[in-house]
Amino acid sequence: MATSHAHDHGHDDHHDHHPTGLMRWVKTTNHKDIGTLYLWFALMMFFAGGFLAMGIRAELMKPGIQLLNPELFNSFTTIHALVMIFGAIMPAFVGFANWQVPLMIGAPDMAFARMNNWSFWLMPPAAILLFSSFFVPGGAAASGWTLYPPLVIQGGMSVDMTILAIHIMGASSIMGSINIVTTILNMRAPGMTLMKMPLFVWTWLITAYLLIAVMPVLAGAVTMLLTDRHFGTHFFNAAGGGDPTMFMHIFWFFGHPEVYIMILPAFGIVSQIIPTFARKPLFGYASMVYATASIAILSFIVWGHHMFTVGMPAAGNLFFMYATMLIAIPTGVKVFNWISTMWKGSMTFETPMLFAVGFVFLFTIGGFSGLVLAITPVDIVIHNTYYVVAHFHYVLFSGAAMAIMAGVYYWIPKWTGHMYDESLGKAHFWLTSIFFNVCFFPQHFLGLAGMQRRYADYALQFADWNWWSSIGAFGLGLSQLIFLWVVLKCVKGGQKATDRVWEGAEGLEWTLPSPAPYHTFETPPLVK
Amino acid sequence: MGLHNIKLTLSGIGLALTSMVANAAYDYNLPAPGTQLTHDIYGLHVLIMWVCVAIFIVVFGAMFYSILKHRKSVGHKAEHFHENTTIEILWTIIPFLILAGMAYPATKSVLNMKDTTSPDMTIKATAYQWRWEYDYMADGVKFISVLSTPYEQVTGDAPKGEHYLQEVNNPLVVPVGKKIRMVITSGDVIHGFYVPQLGVNQYGIPGFIKDAWFKVDAPGTYRGYCSQICGKEHSFMPIVVEAKSEADYAAWMTAQKAALAPAASAAAPAAEAPATPAAAPAAEAPAAEAPAEHK
Repeated sequence: MATSHAHDHGHDDHHDHHPTGLMRWVKTTNHKDIGTLYLWFALMMFFAGGFLAMGIRAELMKPGIQLLNPELFNSFTTIHALVMIFGAIMPAFVGFANWQVPLMIGAPDMAFARMNNWSFWLMPPAAILLFSSFFVPGGAAASGWTLYPPLVIQGGMSVDMTILAIHIMGASSIMGSINIVTTILNMRAPGMTLMKMPLFVWTWLITAYLLIAVMPVLAGAVTMLLTDRHFGTHFFNAAGGGDPTMFMHIFWFFGHPEVYIMILPAFGIVSQIIPTFARKPLFGYASMVYATASIAILSFIVWGHHMFTVGMPAAGNLFFMYATMLIAIPTGVKVFNWISTMWKGSMTFETPMLFAVGFVFLFTIGGFSGLVLAITPVDIVIHNTYYVVAHFHYVLFSGAAMAIMAGVYYWIPKWTGHMYDESLGKAHFWLTSIFFNVCFFPQHFLGLAGMQRRYADYALQFADWNWWSSIGAFGLGLSQLIFLWVVLKCVKGGQKATDRVWEGAEGLEWTLPSPAPYHTFETPPLVK
Repeated sequence: MGLHNIKLTLSGIGLALTSMVANAAYDYNLPAPGTQLTHDIYGLHVLIMWVCVAIFIVVFGAMFYSILKHRKSVGHKAEHFHENTTIEILWTIIPFLILAGMAYPATKSVLNMKDTTSPDMTIKATAYQWRWEYDYMADGVKFISVLSTPYEQVTGDAPKGEHYLQEVNNPLVVPVGKKIRMVITSGDVIHGFYVPQLGVNQYGIPGFIKDAWFKVDAPGTYRGYCSQICGKEHSFMPIVVEAKSEADYAAWMTAQKAALAPAASAAAPAAEAPATPAAAPAAEAPAAEAPAEHK
């Protein structure tokens, strides 16, 4: 028996020797399984956060209070933001990193396979904490995702649940980042020098450093909130010698790099896709790497632009205004490089390319509104208005989320071995882009006219654009069901994908069969 | 029948559209400036908008030209260039110069905006959940300003008035042509004193005093909002500034002092019970610090 077992073991490919069913996913240490888990988790959170967004837009469709009382409305905006940032966008990028980084650098797996499992399985409890906080006395945290004290100190036990959820997600992010840095620095195939790495790997390397730098800062800030709430400290309480403004400084020291954590991997994905469909190498590879690094460094010295209305001295306002304006330069270099990559190429517009071009176009609009907001005196009159809401949805939805969708369409044939349904994918792109703009473009007008964000009810001059914005939001929400449908359909079957998948695809991942086998690059490939 | 339904729906949508255009509330730009500073800000915004539009046209003109002409379906063959140092240096330096050009007027406005020295008068605004208290410190006049929109209008049980959620019982009254320094603080959580037409947006932070200033050009009513989330009534604590000519302002101030004099020992006017859906705010979750002097 023992002999035959040993024999079987020796005979079988060891990669088939893993638990099946549910335990496969609970115990897995395989980077592809974990990547899949992250991506499904992110998609679920995307729909859960989207549901909250639908609630917000339904309430705001007309002036007056109809569906959500103001407290519940505030909880919806708070949890919508936290879920989309920490539950949808960030885990989706970590999912991409898990799937693609080993495949793109020719590594057999991530460096710390068990820690990888642990960093994923921390996420569901955090999500459960966030959502179950709606049902505790007092309802979910309602202070806005920025959690400014003293307001957040007034909240009920849901605030403690939110703080715990942030701690857990932060721990998960830090572990994930250490894993990614170690994998990239130590496990590249022979010949794959740093400056030969695909740009997606570069952007994730830099993002992982940002995460390691700032997640502990957020953890420190929310821990101080926790001790202010329960253990008699006065970090942020002026009556005890503390300062509420200090929380804002600490929070945004985390919060601004966080913005780039959510966009740099998107830059990476788009920088993979555009050369493929332009059938032309990426323009200015080295300047792309330097631009990414410059953005990351600058991201640490611009946090004050969230705080122009706090009452910093003129010198502080000027410093943060100049530093913020500087970010436009490396970001501009990136946009110019993408367009130069398209220039004189031989382009085709399959769904990933549509999303990538949509990204470049719409993200840049978000960049322009960011420039407007950077100008301190202009910011003063539109601070915390819908102009800001429009701005960060242009960079986070049509930026990060659309890049994620582009990446899914681009790599899903490699993951599942099937082509997705091209006409459904194109329908998804066009409906998403159109409804996105119907939803968010009018918010620029609302903001300029003075409509404040986090308002459950508003004055009558804002009624009409809000109505349009809500219509766009409902269309945008419904269009995402097409995405779910395409993904499910592609997982179940479809036209067999070739190994190369796309005519112009370059890189190690396309040398593998489709679907990628459970274990890959056990013998490292040689990169010339 | 199907066709009939579609027709009905279309005419419904058409009707909705016309009624919306007829109701014309499509504000799409900054409100009319009420001070010299907001004039400058308005101009600054217009300038930056046009710079952005120009860059937009050049950059995306190139992109869409490329999308139309350099596609496989029209038989375009891919070239293989992937570097050009000259152009890369150029498109780093040119944006820098454009930014410097924007920064110059912006810097002047920042310095102007932050210069709260030598005001003609000082008014202290203290924010509470969810009302404003205005204190004319030199005159000893002090009152509470709360939303005056009836709750029935919020729930839809009464038609909404013209200044729905933008009206208060006691507006902040100021004289025109005077440099007014606002010192702003809060008695509980962070609020924001935001009057866009006057170019003022300053958080009120509990335990700290911050300041801002404005000088109103013309008499009129300027409406603003609380600009930092402060709890469930955040949308229901507007700011209304009434700018009066110097003579009208003096008359108003005299009346205020007269009204206060006999009632000095009794309660201040209209302090209690905000006219909002709020139950007693103090009854909600415990405040972080000792409650400030509610009158």
